[in-house]
Parts: sequence; C-alpha cells; structure tokens
Amino acid sequence: MATIDVRDLNKTFGEFIAVRDSSFTVDDGQFVCLLGPSGCGKTTTLRMIAGLELPTSGSINLAGEDVTYKRASERDIAFVFQLFALYPHMNVRRNIEYPLRNIGMPKADIAKRVAEAARILRIGHLLDRSVSGLSSGDRQRVALGRAIVREPAAFMMDEPLGALDAEFRHLMCGELRTLHDRLKATTVYVTHDQLEAMSMADRIVVMNQGVIEQFGSPQEIYDRPATLFVAGFIGSPPMNFINFVGALARGQREIRVGDRSQPVPKLLEDRADGEHVLGVRPEHVRISDEGWLRGEVYGSEYLGTTQIVTIRTARGRIRARLPADSVVPRGRQVGLTLKPDKLSIFDGATGRAIRTALHEGGLLHG
Amino acid sequence: MSDNVTAHSVVEPSSLTKRIAGILVVLYAIITMVPLGWIVLTGFKSPPDSISYPPKIVFDPTLEGYCNLFTTRSRQTAEYLASLPPPSGTCESIARARNLVVVSESKFVPRFWNSVVIAFGSTALAVFLGTLSAYGFSRFRVPLKDDLLFFILSTRMMPPIAVAIPIYLMYRELGLQDTKLGMILLYTAVNVSLAVWLLKGFIDEIPREYEEAAMIDGYSRLQAFRKVVLPQAVTGIAATAIFCLIFAWNEYAFAVLLTSGEAQTAPPFIPIIIGEGGQDWPAVAAGTTLFLVPIVIFTVLLRKHLLRGITFGAVRK
Repeated sequence: MATIDVRDLNKTFGEFIAVRDSSFTVDDGQFVCLLGPSGCGKTTTLRMIAGLELPTSGSINLAGEDVTYKRASERDIAFVFQLFALYPHMNVRRNIEYPLRNIGMPKADIAKRVAEAARILRIGHLLDRSVSGLSSGDRQRVALGRAIVREPAAFMMDEPLGALDAEFRHLMCGELRTLHDRLKATTVYVTHDQLEAMSMADRIVVMNQGVIEQFGSPQEIYDRPATLFVAGFIGSPPMNFINFVGALARGQREIRVGDRSQPVPKLLEDRADGEHVLGVRPEHVRISDEGWLRGEVYGSEYLGTTQIVTIRTARGRIRARLPADSVVPRGRQVGLTLKPDKLSIFDGATGRAIRTALHEGGLLHG
Repeated sequence: MSDNVTAHSVVEPSSLTKRIAGILVVLYAIITMVPLGWIVLTGFKSPPDSISYPPKIVFDPTLEGYCNLFTTRSRQTAEYLASLPPPSGTCESIARARNLVVVSESKFVPRFWNSVVIAFGSTALAVFLGTLSAYGFSRFRVPLKDDLLFFILSTRMMPPIAVAIPIYLMYRELGLQDTKLGMILLYTAVNVSLAVWLLKGFIDEIPREYEEAAMIDGYSRLQAFRKVVLPQAVTGIAATAIFCLIFAWNEYAFAVLLTSGEAQTAPPFIPIIIGEGGQDWPAVAAGTTLFLVPIVIFTVLLRKHLLRGITFGAVRK
C-alpha cells in the first residue's frame, strides 16, 4: 500500500493542453475520485500515474519512489479499464492469474491467490468459463479480480462502472466501496458521475479543462465549492447563481444585491468594486412572502420526496428544492428567502470562491 | 409458417427472394466450376481423346497424362521393345503401348518444389514484415505516417510487370536471376504492401486496452504484442496469408522472365510440356490439377480462422 504524490503535472498533446499544473496527494489507503466532464484531463492524469502516458513535465511519486518516467510494468499498480480489457483468448482463471504468471510465482501460490480473489468477488463458479460468455457485471468482477490478485501498491480505475446498466452500477458502487474498506488499498478512481464520486470517495479531485478546480472531501466540495465551476457541476440540480455588483469588505455580514440586502456568512476577504456571484443550493431556497427576491413560478419537477420548483425572477431563473407536498401552482407570484449561513460568494472575474465564515467553519470541523 | 404472417417482414427475405438467390449462387458456382472440372477430366484422357472434336464427355480414363507429366520418354523400334523384359510399372506399360520407353523422371517435381518454397517463403516473409509494420503504424506516432502508408500503397498502383525490365537488369547485376532467393524477395516486395494495409485494418480493430492491461500486468511491449495482440490478430493474419500465397503461387509473368532453370516455378513449366506431336494436353491438365491442390489445402486449413470471430464479446462496444 502506498501514498501517491502528484506534483505540478502537465501533459500536452501537440497544441492541446490535457493537464495543467496538477498537484494532489492520495494518502495511503485512501479512495480518491477524479471527477469532471469528459475531456477534462482526468483519464490522462490517471494514465500518467499508471505509466500508460508520460507527462510533459512534473513528477509522480509512488510509495516514496519517483516513478514519473518508469514503464507501466515497473510500477506496482493495477488498472481496471472501462471496457474491462479481459484477454478474449483466455478463460476467466487464465485472465486473473495472468499478472502472476509473469513474475514466476509457484503454481500452488497462484492457485491460492486466484481462489482467494474469486472468493472475495464471488466468481468462483465462473473460473473455467470463457470471458466472452459473461455478463458485463461478471466481466467487471473478473477485471477486478485480475487487479486485486496482484496485491498491488495502488489501484487505478478508469470509469469501471461506465459500461454497466444504471441499476447494476448502483449495486457495484456499494461492492467497490466494501471491497476497498476490506483491502484498504490506495485507489484512484476516474468518473464523470458525481453520484458515484460522492458515494464512494474519501476525497474528490474536481477537474475542468485540465485544471484541478478543487480537492476535498465530498462534503467540502458540496458545501463549500472552491470555484463557480465546481458549484455548477456538483449537485443535481446544481447551485443557483445570482450576479451582483459591489465592493466587499472583511467582516461584512450582508451584501447588497441591487437595492436589496441579503445576509451572508461573515466575509473574511476584502474585494474592490466589481462583479460577484452569490451562490445558493436549491435546498436553501424557501418560498415566503417576506423574501426580497420575487418571481413567478415557471414549473416544477416532482421527484417523490421532494420537488424542484423553477421560479423566474428579475435575477434569472432560481430553482428551489421544496417538500413534495407543498402546492406551488404555475404562474403564481412568490417571494424567495435564501438561507444566510449556507450561501457562497464568488469572484465574477476569476470564478474563485471568496472566503467567508463558511470556510472557517470547515477548517474547524473538517 | 403461414404466408400472410411473414409476407411483409422487413428483416426476413421472402421465400421467393431466397429461392432466386439460391439459383443464382448455384449458377455462378457451375460457371466457375466448369473449367476446373474440364481440366480435371482432361488430365485423365488419352492425348487423342483430349483433342477430339466434338469434345468427349464420356471416355476411357487413363493415367497417361500423369505418367507423361512425371516422366520423359523416348521412341524405340519394335525390335528393341521386343527385346526388353516385360514392363514393370503402370507408366512403363502405357509407354510401351505407344512404342515408347520411360527414360527418366521429368522436371515437374523439382519445379513444383520451387513453387512451394518460393510461394510459402515469400508469404511467410511478407506476413511477418507486414504484421510488424502494421502494428507500428497502428500503435505508434510515426512521422509522416499517412504519406508513408500512401507510398506503400502506391507500389500497387501499376501492374508489377510494368517494372519487369528494370527488375530483370537489376537482378542480372545482383546475381539474383534464376535464384529462389530472388523470387522470394520479389514476391515479398509485391505482397508486403497488401499485407501492411490489410493487417493495419485488423490491428486497428484490436483495442489498445489489451496491450495496456498486459503492460500494467508486468509484461514488456514485445511480450504484450506476442501474447495478447498476435493471438487476436490470427484471423487477419490468416486472411492476409491466403491472399499473399495465392498471388505468389499463381504469379506467371515474372517467373517466365526471371527463371529458366534452377528456380523455375510450376506456372511457367506446366504449359510448355511437349509430348509426341506437340502440346501434351493431358499432361498439362494433370499438372494444373496437382498445382491446385496445395492452395486448396492451405485455404481449407485456414478457413476456420477466417470464419471464427475470436474477439467477439470480449469488449463491450
């Protein structure tokens, strides 16, 4: 088991910058997700850690050893591919034992290891089957078996559940996390599905256009997004944004949106007069007559326990998560209140979050 | 099954369509098989039967054609023949009946062997080189890749015989004229472009993840190529080998031009078998029949590779 330390990693393909100045550390035994939209550089980062791509610059440290330019075969890393990449000309057992055959392990030990992996993954009955007849869930288990049988320093997983049906993906999410808790293996997991990342990861690296936007626990990323991108990417529906203009001063506890004032967590930074963005999660929006933000109900999506109500206001569309039983007819004029202690404020130009009491609380409790 | 159910099915062709297709296939098969059948029959005719008009469908089969193919004979006087001991073998008896004696074995067997060595040798070499270059073109960033591939393909844009004279002069200078090595190199050069293009297509279809998985599993790129890529490229390699072999086996023009003795292959040898009183058609037909056998065996042996989709289902597309 090992710590993975990624420092100032860069990767360019010709003109295209796939990964830019990325740094993060995966502690021993941690489960870290690289999360972002497609083309954000998460898979490239994973492949560089595994040795399938060489970085343009930067360093990768695995268990205290610099492996930046080492061949994949010389790094003690297992990789689970999205499309499984099971060797089609070998049966299940041969696939799983393939990494062990190369290192000259005695046959009896190989058999023992394969049996153990098969037991953990509950695929013992499939060992002598051909891989081509297996369901995608079983193939995924075989691919995992081929990874865990080596007892590697770290696991790399590239959207391993991406090829599964939605229902089965949920089940495998739980199994993967259970497997991780049992093996305590350092794992880097790439996904574009925020639910997967939120439910499994100890920490999440949110990437966009080759840049790491935020590195933190799922709670941090959800409650205190570091950038507008993270705020808009995480959450379903994502955070609402309200643009406003004005100067901000340290210690201030409310902001002016147009001619109205809105209480916010205490500001810890000064900002010159400029464009800013107030961010509020749908669950922190309430309909009430004293709300300063007024608008017309545009529609609602019923989700069982809650409903998402869209309100058209002078400051843009705002979505509110309300109890499913509240009746909000379309076309009604309503007022909205925003829960003051949960609001985020962003710099409109850079997109970065402005530090508030929200972040201080995070440091105290996080 | 009742007609009104299947009549308008979009997927399943109607029984009438199937019947017409079946008839067309059978007709096509007959048209292609007739000349082959005629050659096989002619191989068992006597020389007079082979040139009789109208052609004989029914005739007394004889091995004379095959005997004439494998032997040389000389005409002798009746007195000399009478002084000989009784004929010892089939061919000897057939020859005696025409006032001939078998003198020696013909050159058919060595010529046939030349064909085997040159065709299989050049096929093996072309497929070997083709597989390696195709893998390189498929997997690595090769500078000027597209131009190189086009250049390789462009060697097939003219008929090979267009460069016959330069090659003849070059081979004379290099001492490769009428050598097996020369013919192997020549057929390899012609086939390797086809092999690269065909195999690149097949290797492109094999997902890179397999090699990456093998390299992650501790294997070098060469090992990954040998143990993971090659077994999956077998289908493509077999198909390519058949195409290369058919070309090298059947090639006539260069063989006529560049070989005359030592390295002469069967195609230029068979048509010029001369018997008593001109062209010995039964012997030519017998040689042609035997000439078809290796390619049929090779194709039948590799057929199961051509048909078997071994990568099916291993990767979810």
